[in-house]
Amino acid sequence: MDFNDTAEENNFRLEVREWLEKNAPKDKKIGGYDSIDVEESALERAREWQAKKADAGYAAITWPKEYGGLGASSIHSVIYSQEEAKYNVPSGIYDIGLGMCIPTMMAWATKEQNERYVEPALYGKEIWCQLFSEPSAGSDVAGVRTKAEKDGDDWLINGQKVWTSGAHFCDFGIIVVRTDPKAPKHKGLSFFFLDMKSPGIDIKPIRQISGGSNFNEVFFTDVKVSDNQRLGEVGEGWKVALTTLMNERLAIGVPKSADYSSLTQLAKNVILNNKPAIKNDLVRSKIADWYVQSEGLKYTKMRSLTSLSKGETPGPESSIGKIVSAPKMQDLASFAMDLQGAAGILNDPDIALMHSIFQNQWMSAAGYRIAGGTDEILRNIVAERVLGLPQDIRVDKTVPFNELPSGR
Amino acid sequence: MNFDFSEDQKLLKEQVARYLSDNCPIEVVRGVLEGDDYYSSSVWKGLVDLGLTGATIPEEYGGLGLGPLELCVIAGELGRVSAPVPFSSSVYMATESLKLFGTDQQKEKWLPKLASGEIIATFALSESAIEPNPNNIKCSFSSGKLNGIKMPVPDGSYADLCITVVNDQKGGADKIKMAIVPLDGVGVNKKSLKTLDQTRDHAELIFDNVDAELMNNSDDGWNDVQHIFDIAAILMAFEQIGGAEASLSMAKEYALNRFAFGRQIGSYQAIKHKLADMYIKIELAKSNSYFGAMMLNDDGADLKIAAAASRVAATDAFNYASQENIQTHGGIGFTWEADTQFYYRRSQVLGLALGSIASWKDKLVTQLEEKNIS
Ligand SMILES: Cc1cc2nc3c(=O)[nH]c(=O)nc-3n(C[C@H](O)[C@H](O)[C@H](O)COP(=O)(O)OP(=O)(O)OC[C@H]3O[C@@H](n4cnc5c(N)ncnc54)[C@H](O)[C@@H]3O)c2cc1C
Repeated sequence: MDFNDTAEENNFRLEVREWLEKNAPKDKKIGGYDSIDVEESALERAREWQAKKADAGYAAITWPKEYGGLGASSIHSVIYSQEEAKYNVPSGIYDIGLGMCIPTMMAWATKEQNERYVEPALYGKEIWCQLFSEPSAGSDVAGVRTKAEKDGDDWLINGQKVWTSGAHFCDFGIIVVRTDPKAPKHKGLSFFFLDMKSPGIDIKPIRQISGGSNFNEVFFTDVKVSDNQRLGEVGEGWKVALTTLMNERLAIGVPKSADYSSLTQLAKNVILNNKPAIKNDLVRSKIADWYVQSEGLKYTKMRSLTSLSKGETPGPESSIGKIVSAPKMQDLASFAMDLQGAAGILNDPDIALMHSIFQNQWMSAAGYRIAGGTDEILRNIVAERVLGLPQDIRVDKTVPFNELPSGR
Repeated sequence: MNFDFSEDQKLLKEQVARYLSDNCPIEVVRGVLEGDDYYSSSVWKGLVDLGLTGATIPEEYGGLGLGPLELCVIAGELGRVSAPVPFSSSVYMATESLKLFGTDQQKEKWLPKLASGEIIATFALSESAIEPNPNNIKCSFSSGKLNGIKMPVPDGSYADLCITVVNDQKGGADKIKMAIVPLDGVGVNKKSLKTLDQTRDHAELIFDNVDAELMNNSDDGWNDVQHIFDIAAILMAFEQIGGAEASLSMAKEYALNRFAFGRQIGSYQAIKHKLADMYIKIELAKSNSYFGAMMLNDDGADLKIAAAASRVAATDAFNYASQENIQTHGGIGFTWEADTQFYYRRSQVLGLALGSIASWKDKLVTQLEEKNIS
């Protein structure tokens, strides 16, 4: 047992290291775009970095060469990420587009379309968003109501999407819509990609609990899309959506966040019952628990990587990542705030301990437990796909969609 | 990246699994629980015949000369069937102690006997419900004689040899030592104890001027004891994971076949999510224990912290899985007939054998402080 690279992997790592050393920004301040507003300047920095990566082939390591990838394996992509993580490079902005939207395009769009769209996305010139969730369809995303109706050779889209991350700065989007409300839920869907600047699209940023605005409501009024922007057959949009959702599980995790080591640092610096908090048994017990969870996830990843490195498919163990890390993010932050007593409520980075990292994390963690599959939905997935337990009773599978009961 | 067991190790795992599923079905465990035997001598003999008691004993002493990774996969399979045999005490603890701290003469004398199954050994630290520390070990050794009480000693009613943690009465920092004590001598008084898991014997041993021999401990005998506990923590973690996986698969089988309100109980989320949580805890424990195995194999710098993390994660996984397995079964799970009890019982024997989890967590954080991670 070892964590060593093969000779070939090691060569790749050295190449990556050398390239990053030359090219990665050294500016400490550039971070992800988590829970803060994305300013034009942050976008600009992200674009610059993305273009550099794309030029070097590192922007999409596993993609085929014809689309600007390296045609290398996932293990190479992981090696790159490990090395890149040592730098403070812009991150997050392209995850949805390159992790979910473009892979869906590559699987379903025509060759000409891919020639048109993939490269600009890869270079960060065009950003993509995912228009799936709606006010009445989130976990149950096949329940979308936004409709597309045939209008000559085109389609007219009417309805509303919500929680669309990045819609306000995105150029293109992928969308699931209902084309046949009389068919059962999954059978009446179709899938399109569209220009976010199309007439009739109205984007309204939503203010998040954290105060920032990364996601939006997107309203569609007679938005015209051409039939050749349809991916998959009419009525078979769910199949296409599954391609996106499968990729979502690979693309979505939680960002690097304050963990047991930050908590330990805090515990050394605050006092509980007249002693440094780190001497308190409850504090020690909590640190141990979160250490075990973090290390457990880290080594789970190593196990998956080992399979990849041997050219095998990783086992289902990789499905536990977000279920463990998102609640941990929240619980750990909450506990760290508790250690600060009444001052734990301070959320001003200039006066709060450790620049409010725990307070900010506590706020954003609430969203990570929901985005990309809630804790509950992910547990259903483990129970059904990994353990083989039966699906929940479904009352909606055979009934025409427009006869299904709906709440508020 | 090669963070997995080798093909040979996986073959060994299959071989052990096959032997145990053929020869140690749950009825055998029940037989020990309900009968008068302290352990299953037939299963033990089979393990000896496969060479497993000597798995990590060097070939020069009649063992197979394998490494700790092989022991990890064996442990997992023993845990999966809740095997009623003295493997953890005799192999993980006593044999490893002899290998590490025995004099040449002691190794020559005892290791071949352990490999051939001629004797069973155990390890005794605990003396009462008070957590042992270097200053409260009362068992005393002087001039070749041992006096004092150890309890609960695993497999103490029938083991032939006991590695006993003693105080050498000289009062220095190096006062803690390990002594080898044959248990068939004059002055050894054994009393079987009633415990939560009668499929694994525990006894009180009273030593009254018993012949004993010190081992070749370092200047810090307490640290040597901790080292043995660290090794055992990782091996036991694999045993716990085996038990947890068996509990999960038992719960899953039941959830698929039991109907309530017109459908399988496994289609209710309260049950699905419970089983998903078992799976999550098991995977976290496995991953931590793989790292433990790697540290054990490399005698790595992070052995202590990996041992504590394996211990904390695997104890949590097995306790949770075995208890929620009963819950998933409803009333039948609480009966004497049900097989859920074997894992429920065993989870506590394994979980407590090396001291309380509160202490292990404390050790873990002490290690983190020493590494200065923040
Ligand atoms: C920060 C953030 C970014 C997002 N970005 C995007 C984006 O870019 N594009 C996009 O399309 N969407 C996006 N989403 C939406 C996200 O996918 C949905 O919010 C999520 O799937 C949950 O759907 P919902 O909000 O409708 O909640 P609901 O589905 O209504 O869920 C409400 C509660 O009911 C529970 N629940 C629902 N169904 C079940 C069930 N079958 N079993 C058990 N419990 C159930 C849920 O777990 C939850 O606790 C984002 C969300 C967040 C928070």
